[in-house]
Amino acid sequence: MTEPTTLRRTSLYPEHARLGGRIVAFAGWEMPIQYTGIVDEHQAVRSAAGLFDVSHMGELRLRGKYATHVVDYLVTGDVKKLVDGQAMYTCACNERGTILDDLIVYRHNQEDWLVVCNGSNRSKMSAHFAHASEHHCEFEDQSDSTALIALQGPKAFEVLAALGSGELSSLKSFHFRGAVLAGVPTTTARTGYTGEDGVEIFCPWADAPTLWRALLGVGTALGLKPVGLGARDTLRLEARLSLYGNDIDETTHPLEAGLGWIVALQKGDFIGAGALRRIAEAPLARKLVGFEMVGRGIARHGYWLRDASALEVGVCTSGSPGPTVGKNIGLGYLPAELSGVGTPFLVDCRGKNIEAVVVKTPFYRRPKVETK
Amino acid sequence: MMTEAQVPLDLRYTKDHEWARTSGAEVTVGITAFAVEQLGDVTLVSLDVKVGDVVAAGKVFGTIESVKTLSDLFAPIAGKVVRINEALATKPELVNEDCYGKAWMIALAPADPKAVSTLMDAGAYGEHVKAAAH
Repeated sequence: MTEPTTLRRTSLYPEHARLGGRIVAFAGWEMPIQYTGIVDEHQAVRSAAGLFDVSHMGELRLRGKYATHVVDYLVTGDVKKLVDGQAMYTCACNERGTILDDLIVYRHNQEDWLVVCNGSNRSKMSAHFAHASEHHCEFEDQSDSTALIALQGPKAFEVLAALGSGELSSLKSFHFRGAVLAGVPTTTARTGYTGEDGVEIFCPWADAPTLWRALLGVGTALGLKPVGLGARDTLRLEARLSLYGNDIDETTHPLEAGLGWIVALQKGDFIGAGALRRIAEAPLARKLVGFEMVGRGIARHGYWLRDASALEVGVCTSGSPGPTVGKNIGLGYLPAELSGVGTPFLVDCRGKNIEAVVVKTPFYRRPKVETK
Repeated sequence: MMTEAQVPLDLRYTKDHEWARTSGAEVTVGITAFAVEQLGDVTLVSLDVKVGDVVAAGKVFGTIESVKTLSDLFAPIAGKVVRINEALATKPELVNEDCYGKAWMIALAPADPKAVSTLMDAGAYGEHVKAAAH
């Protein structure tokens, strides 16, 4: 809120204004936090579909004979296993094994990769990938020319079908392909950040309003609603998807953050490999766990977590009501001995110690009704 | 954005968006439609006073939380707490539904019967909201 720099606007800003979106400053951008209300938008995504402007995300492109090697060296996942048209959720670490950013990498082909980073980390990751690319492959930061629209929810593919692109339902999870939607050339990927099925659609910056209006035009009758950052956060939290800057950052490593599954310790050398291999040899000191409030209170980012004798033992990294799970939920780091499911502890809600309990995550898992 | 109906003429207001209503010897307190609009979906109302407690003007008597944010609740005037709206503990959504009615929060026996008249009237509060909305 106190950012001195000029805030930027995505090409969809006029759409947000027209739709009555409440605009807030986020990661250097003026973005809608909500339109009709966080709970209403959250429920639209769980029951029908939601449309999100996430054009503030960063898009980095690496091309050339050694592009695969550069990407592989910078991220923890084994990207050599990907085939053309496949994507992977992964992260980039520093030499200490802590997290620079979490990413999705997309293999167009062996010599052409797209890396999508958080908007808040765009400068840092752009410099990081540019530096590593020097003398090895071509690097281009395409963030300013690339818009990103997420269409998420059980009716996402009905919306696409209504636009004449029903064949996109044949995309497998974490796969992508080129598709022309409403006359706009896009790269459409079956990925998301809500716990629902759906797609994320990359398109040229200036074309985003055309696509946005076309999707809402055919989708509104199916229950599609525009969704702001507020519901994006509650949706991702229920699905236990990490938020950079909250749950993970440069003081946390992927193993304690519950992201061991995106670290391929056995693959060849990569930045942070040495540190992570050493960390993996010993039991974890602390773990990022999911919890539910038992007493009346809502945990928030930064609140202390206390043990039964009220000693500070950890910190809440994310917390809010979970509109679908119907409980006040959160994520936080706790010492390993207090991290087991069912362990009671206290959340210091501004001076009041409120009971909470460690629970299994994700808090919400979508019903399996897929027809893939 | 704000209509006349959202700032009832018969109430008094604080800069922190609480309202105060005099009815007989007691003053009931709640939060305004503007405050509710800023908060969004209210998910928790925590009233941290008991009947019989004495509160000072401007003192925090509880907190209100929505999905995204949290705000303190300030006593508009000094007085003794005579009633508490227990319904809000289990039905925080009343604040979104009826902030000037069913979602009253506490009732005070004012320390100074004239204190309420020193608060902003609807006209002054309407101006205050206009400034705050920018």
